[in-house]
Amino acid sequence: MQPLSPEQIRVERDSWGKLMCRLPDGQSVAITAQHLFPISDPAHWVSLRGPQGKELACLESLQFLDPASRALVEQELASLEFFPVIERVRSVSSLSEPCEWTVVTDRGETRFVLKSEDDVRRLGPHQAVIVDAHGIRYLVPDARKLDARSRQYVEWYL
Amino acid sequence: MADTDRNPEIWENLPAEHRAALESRLEPGEKLFAAFVTDLDQRLRYRAETVVLTNRRVLGIPSQNSPRESMPIDSWEYPLAQAFRIGEHGGLGMLELLGGEGRLGIWRFTGNRTHDANRLVSRFRMLDPRGAGHVETVLSVCPRCGGVLSPEGECAGCATALQPPASKSLIRLMRFARHRAGSILAGFILLMASIGAGLVPPYLVGPLTEEVLLPLKEGQSIPAGLPATYLSLLLVTALLAWLLGWARNFVLGKVSEQISADLRNESYSHLQKLSLEFFGGQRTGDLISRISSDTDRICQFLSTDALEFFADAVMIALTAVILFSINAWLAAVTLVPLLPVAWLVQKVRARVRHGYARGMTAWSDMVSVLADTIPGIRVVKAFAQEQREIERFRRSNTHVLDLNNRVNRWWAFFRATVPFFTECGVLIVYGMGIWLVLHQELKVGVIFQFLLYIGMFYVRFESMSRITAAAQRAAASAHRIFDILDRVPSVPEPVRPIQPGTVRGEIELRDVRFRYGKREVIHGINLKVQPGEMVGLVGPSGAGKSTLVNLVCRFYDVGEGAILVDGVDIRSFPVEAYRRNIGIVLQEPFLFFGTIAENIAYGRPEASHAEIVAAARAAFAHDFILRLPDGYDSLVGERGQALSGGERQRISIARALLTDPRILILDEATSSVDTETEREIQAALNTLVQGRTTLAIAHRLSTLRKANRLVVIESGKIVETGTHEELFHRDGTYARLVHAQMEMSQQIGIG
Repeated sequence: MQPLSPEQIRVERDSWGKLMCRLPDGQSVAITAQHLFPISDPAHWVSLRGPQGKELACLESLQFLDPASRALVEQELASLEFFPVIERVRSVSSLSEPCEWTVVTDRGETRFVLKSEDDVRRLGPHQAVIVDAHGIRYLVPDARKLDARSRQYVEWYL
Repeated sequence: MADTDRNPEIWENLPAEHRAALESRLEPGEKLFAAFVTDLDQRLRYRAETVVLTNRRVLGIPSQNSPRESMPIDSWEYPLAQAFRIGEHGGLGMLELLGGEGRLGIWRFTGNRTHDANRLVSRFRMLDPRGAGHVETVLSVCPRCGGVLSPEGECAGCATALQPPASKSLIRLMRFARHRAGSILAGFILLMASIGAGLVPPYLVGPLTEEVLLPLKEGQSIPAGLPATYLSLLLVTALLAWLLGWARNFVLGKVSEQISADLRNESYSHLQKLSLEFFGGQRTGDLISRISSDTDRICQFLSTDALEFFADAVMIALTAVILFSINAWLAAVTLVPLLPVAWLVQKVRARVRHGYARGMTAWSDMVSVLADTIPGIRVVKAFAQEQREIERFRRSNTHVLDLNNRVNRWWAFFRATVPFFTECGVLIVYGMGIWLVLHQELKVGVIFQFLLYIGMFYVRFESMSRITAAAQRAAASAHRIFDILDRVPSVPEPVRPIQPGTVRGEIELRDVRFRYGKREVIHGINLKVQPGEMVGLVGPSGAGKSTLVNLVCRFYDVGEGAILVDGVDIRSFPVEAYRRNIGIVLQEPFLFFGTIAENIAYGRPEASHAEIVAAARAAFAHDFILRLPDGYDSLVGERGQALSGGERQRISIARALLTDPRILILDEATSSVDTETEREIQAALNTLVQGRTTLAIAHRLSTLRKANRLVVIESGKIVETGTHEELFHRDGTYARLVHAQMEMSQQIGIG
């Protein structure tokens, strides 16, 4: 099957909460949306996949979708992607791992367990991703912009 | 709500606002059955929402700051609310309440609450008459570490519970010391004796000064033999200290080597039992450095540092006792500078340990770069990326340097500071000594005694503080080793094993399900394979074919259902005895460094040369082996003779033939070779499968010509079964695959 062009894509949500896409032949299939570059380029490149993970369309940008479809796809992407950004580190339970971090993120305050120092991945000299014991990732976009105390905790691992 | 049954266990766990909101909504006679408090709201912010099961309905209480002001509680009566569904994606969970017409409600949560969510669902099943009696046993492998998941989907290895901190790891080394208790005791006695001998000479200095030096200086006469007596005493104690020190170092050095060898053996043998998942998630370089350099570091620590530390501690205690017995007041004053030193040691310790741990990690990173690029050197050169790899190595090397520098900053300060305080101590002795001698309260000999002891004291103290760093380093290393030792193998040995002996080879898969984490990859497969039958597993990549053979090999255990061989659940066989019945030929045949004969006999080292040659002949490998300069004794594997893919594959076929397994697994055995080579291998494979139960996975369908039956698997389910002919004419998945391959070969034909 040919990939769909953006104008052909009509996305709706059914009563089961599933995202559906109406194909040109009138058939409606359940789809999932996924970012191709969730970290390096979350603003572009979205893949829409149909049954059995078959790709229906791969869009560089969502702007050519009709507004209703675009909103639904964006909503779906937002509900799948959970990547809290750490704004402040309140406390860290111990200087050696495993330790519990209490942090304020852009999604509210939370606590997580850092299992080992290997779970702090440096992306750059001041940027890091922290992966907690459950595999949830927390982003520190720029350690220099944190307050002094938080910065101290984060730089401990950089 | 006087007659509302409030199970306090459930009630207490609810957030206060939710409790209040719920209280006003519960009807008389309505019983709380279960509750689940999320940690995320609908928009994935960290706010709690609550799902409550009562005997009549499901209630949903939104988070208190949600846009809906009055906190309306959603309510779904039972016939309407039919089922819960749990999903998970990247640590983010989703609980959906489903009705007959569609989805009723959705809640989100993080991995912290997965356990609670699963419990809610199982409580709901108990409540639901249709679900009654359905007990789900979810046993599966953790996708992160390869450990076994508990029925609630939690992994022991990844459990959120805080584990003992790194410094405890050193204490855990005691377990290994127990086996060597005798030698340790002997070393210990030698240690104490040598310390005692070391403390005598400074003591003799006092009387030597008072009875020999001072009287001589003032022109008094002394007994003739006295200097000789003191000098010979000093010589004897020095000799004694030398001999005892020699014996002590030898005995304790040997013990620590033994302990670290034990540690290496145990961590390596434990490593061999861990699941494939574990190895998949680890970098080879890191594992190698854990078993080699981390154990070495511990040995270093035990043999020299720990020993010295202990000797120092004893020495310091004894010296302190002697000092106080000579002159308590002077002793008290000279020990004042100890306090800041002790404080400093405490302060620096944590930083230094962390610094060393980070340093070790950075070091493993650097080793990983090597382990990555050296085997991949062909790719590096082919893509002309040498400069980039040099840069990559340089970067990780710089990182090591930076981290070590950071430790060094503290360390430099610390090392300079301790001698400074030592000097202060000596200064105090001199000052106090001069004053006391002036006032006739102290003999000069005592000052010399004091100076010698205090020098010893501070030297010891300094070396003790140096050792704290070594101890921290060793603790970090021990932690990394226990990290391996604490992992639970994913395939447990049976409690009451049944010896399989040589099986007939009948395999039955009974409603087999398997999950990686929360994702089910095998959805209820039923298959019966007769002894001696060859079954081809066909299907697109990712369909679950390899997982299925991994389950038959018992690299993992099934989540639900069972695999039976000769009618017995394979989980009741001892793993090793069972695997002896299985032969595997993989896509990438792995040859170990050694001779060809050794590689063929890998599964049966006691095989005779005649058997090895027979196996090689049957695998059509005999001729090319004899073309090699040393025949069966030619070295292969890493650093060995270069063999082609087809040749290596035929050696691995001979290896499988020699063990004469009843069950044979061919996992893409012909995928990585050209058609010509495939023909050669095919002949070898045909002999191999004779009379054995065979499960063969192949992309190239021609490989499966000899198969008695083909099983087409798609998305973890069997979609078609039958012979090639039957399936070809059925126009299903198989026919599609065949057509696709034919099209491909036609295209090649046209060129």
